[in-house]
Amino acid sequence: MSTSPQNTKLAQLTEWIDARFPMSSIWRDHISEYYAPKNFNFWYYFGSLAMLVLVIQLVTGIFLTMNYKPDARFAFASVEYIMRDVNYGWLIRYMHSTGASMFFVVVYLHMCRGLMYGSYRKPRELVWIVGMAIYLCLMGEAFMGYLLPWGQMSYWGAQVIISLFDAISPPLALWIRGDFVVSDATLNRFFAFHVIALPLVLVGLVLVHIIALHEVGSNNPDGVEIKKHKDPVTHIPLDGINFHPYYTLKDLVGVSVFLGIFSAIVFFAPEMGGYFLEANNFIPADPMKTPPHIAPVWYFTPFYAILRAIPQKQLGVIAMGAAVLIFLALPWLDRGLVKSIRYRGTLYKTAFGLFITAFLILGYMGTQDPNLWYVNPTSQICTVIYFSFFLLMPIYTRLDKSRPAPERVTS
Amino acid sequence: MSDSHSDNGGRRRFLIGAAGALGAAGAAAVATPFVMSMLPSARAKAAGAPVEIDVSKLEPGMMMTSEWRGQPVWVVNRTPEMLAQLAKNADRLRDPGSENSEQPEYCKNPNRSTAEHPNLLVVVGICTHLGCSPQDRMKAGNGAGMGEDWPGGFFCPCHGSKFDMAARVFQNVPAPLNMRIPPHMYLADGRLLVGADKSKGA
Amino acid sequence: MKQHSRLMKLLAAFAAASALSLGLMNQPSFAHEELALDHAPIVEGDKGSLQRGARAFANYCQNCHSAQYLRYSRLTDIGLTEEEIKANLMFSSEKVGDTMTVALDKADAKAWFGNPPPDLSVEARVRGADWLYSYLRGFYKDSSRPTGWNNTVYHNVGMPHVLYELQGVQEWVGEEGHKTLKLTHPGKLSEAEYTQFTADLVNYLVWMAEPAKATRIQIGVLAIFFFVLAFFVTLALKKEFWKDIH
Repeated sequence: MSTSPQNTKLAQLTEWIDARFPMSSIWRDHISEYYAPKNFNFWYYFGSLAMLVLVIQLVTGIFLTMNYKPDARFAFASVEYIMRDVNYGWLIRYMHSTGASMFFVVVYLHMCRGLMYGSYRKPRELVWIVGMAIYLCLMGEAFMGYLLPWGQMSYWGAQVIISLFDAISPPLALWIRGDFVVSDATLNRFFAFHVIALPLVLVGLVLVHIIALHEVGSNNPDGVEIKKHKDPVTHIPLDGINFHPYYTLKDLVGVSVFLGIFSAIVFFAPEMGGYFLEANNFIPADPMKTPPHIAPVWYFTPFYAILRAIPQKQLGVIAMGAAVLIFLALPWLDRGLVKSIRYRGTLYKTAFGLFITAFLILGYMGTQDPNLWYVNPTSQICTVIYFSFFLLMPIYTRLDKSRPAPERVTS
Repeated sequence: MSDSHSDNGGRRRFLIGAAGALGAAGAAAVATPFVMSMLPSARAKAAGAPVEIDVSKLEPGMMMTSEWRGQPVWVVNRTPEMLAQLAKNADRLRDPGSENSEQPEYCKNPNRSTAEHPNLLVVVGICTHLGCSPQDRMKAGNGAGMGEDWPGGFFCPCHGSKFDMAARVFQNVPAPLNMRIPPHMYLADGRLLVGADKSKGA
Repeated sequence: MKQHSRLMKLLAAFAAASALSLGLMNQPSFAHEELALDHAPIVEGDKGSLQRGARAFANYCQNCHSAQYLRYSRLTDIGLTEEEIKANLMFSSEKVGDTMTVALDKADAKAWFGNPPPDLSVEARVRGADWLYSYLRGFYKDSSRPTGWNNTVYHNVGMPHVLYELQGVQEWVGEEGHKTLKLTHPGKLSEAEYTQFTADLVNYLVWMAEPAKATRIQIGVLAIFFFVLAFFVTLALKKEFWKDIH
């Protein structure tokens, strides 16, 4: 029903669409009248930033696909063609390579927020599970994308990781590769997955992730449920504010800062000291010559360190997989009385601090030469800490002396 | 700062305007590299670069075929008889003055060639109907089954279009236009350069 | 104040990332083991140096090494005209739009040198300027090698010292563990001249590896200005609307 004073053409068009598609009600329910807690802080920028990076990757990816050739004979050359001959091809390529790494920076910070504030707790378990599905797809997407430039690290990184599947099931690895070694067959199918299959799945999962979130409402840094205290007349949560314009505008500030950092990297340091674009990957793939150090891209290094920490190959693979999948169990491992780290006791905060430290150290160990004396022992200790954070959680969260969470949000 | 509503509204509108202007400028700046990336790359431009053709050995009455931008380019050295015949064809042609067809300004003349080499016809050998490449019927008369009054020219086998020795299209054939004359010029040593001319260069 | 600390956090993050980027801009990690490398005294963007380097590359390197991802016409970026390029730098190619390929057959190269000479288009991104500079100056006479040459930076390299006429002949002398390079037969160039020559050549190789670099940095400066401005405008806009909260 139109309540606008003048029946403008725009209002008429809106009415026509609304009679056939829930456009205005979607806008209201999810944007202009979605009530989010008013105490969102720094850690709450990363969801919208993740969506921004997804869009960046999709758009730059489409334009790269216009000139990239997914054929082992031409792939490396086509990337240099993009860098040199295609107008602004170098910019599109750098945006895509920087975006890939920034995706993981943003996603790890986003997940850290979830850990800190108990965003995985009831009733948001499904948001968390879908989020973990997104993380798994993202890892697959990045892994397959990395093969496409067909450099030495591309080729040998893929060879090493797929050979892990060999440890579990040789027929499986053969099926994944489509050949006895990583080859043109592998490249072509990874291209298909990277460009079409996984992006479609990712976009779908992101939609489900947001719908699931909106169904129960957002968490907040105090871990209190704002829906518990609603205005008696309007039924709007007392501590809630309209997502639009308050968080759309606030997220816009976050976007400007993020894009500033993103631009600084793209334009001044796209290689990021060899972490975003590796020097060895400027050598065309050579199946006959293995590079001296094969390390995965930085965002996989924590899990790579766990893999190498376990001496037995199959157990190592299982440990690496478990290290990722164990996040799924969090909603049921956490027996604490409060959601947010703000109100947890010393026991929990210590465990959390140890976990984060272990994760970062594992990340660093994953980049190092395993023959150095300190790498394996440190990785092993940190792996134990890493798994203990999860496996001991039912115990220490129950023992933890937390403070009572407030009824209403603070700050 | 005053809290009055009108002040607030004014500042708000200004800030929305400023942010909107920045956003529009940013969007234009971001769109530019993507749009530009779809224009011909350096490789496409190199492949489409002007082509040098040595015409010094082309005898009168002979034709040679070269390639430019993926299309055949004919160079025809017309005899004085062929050139004289051109003026007599006007009644049978759809566009004897080349008003509607594509050629450089310096070739918009009865011979459709440059002033320095009126005998040399430089033409893209593609029929203006649907893109087939016509065949050589340069010999006048009944020689190649074109009929007694055939003045010499080209015949397209796909749908029967006919062109004269200045690549001008006949009436009552499917092709709508005279064949295209590409930009071209002659270099100091007499070589023909197709794809560039003095007006805009390469 | 909360807003103040949030603003400070954002600015700190931005400053940190920028500092990190700018710092890392000059210290990339390259594909080599721990070696003491000489710092390459190149001035990126010095067109005279780049042109001399282009000439050096065409005359000394391009018999064996291709640069197949670079077109001759791109050399206009370093201040040469197409006529100059065609006259001085193109020996086997016809058109200025061609890429810098070589006639050397890969099978022959493998037979003569052990490994085919690699394409050098992106070599500077693999090795880095310092490595290339030290490499070109690190050849010494070694009769145990098939070519008669070895190299302090790339042990048992298959490449002979192509520039020995210019640099002269060095030998690897001294006691075990304390060996140094010593110039035993001077070449056509003095040491200072050879330093300049190799610096120019390395400068050119660095340019060749990423011809768009100068443009990239120029546009980057504009982009940063834009986002700094955007930050302040969006922040003001956000604060204006958030006055309504509480």
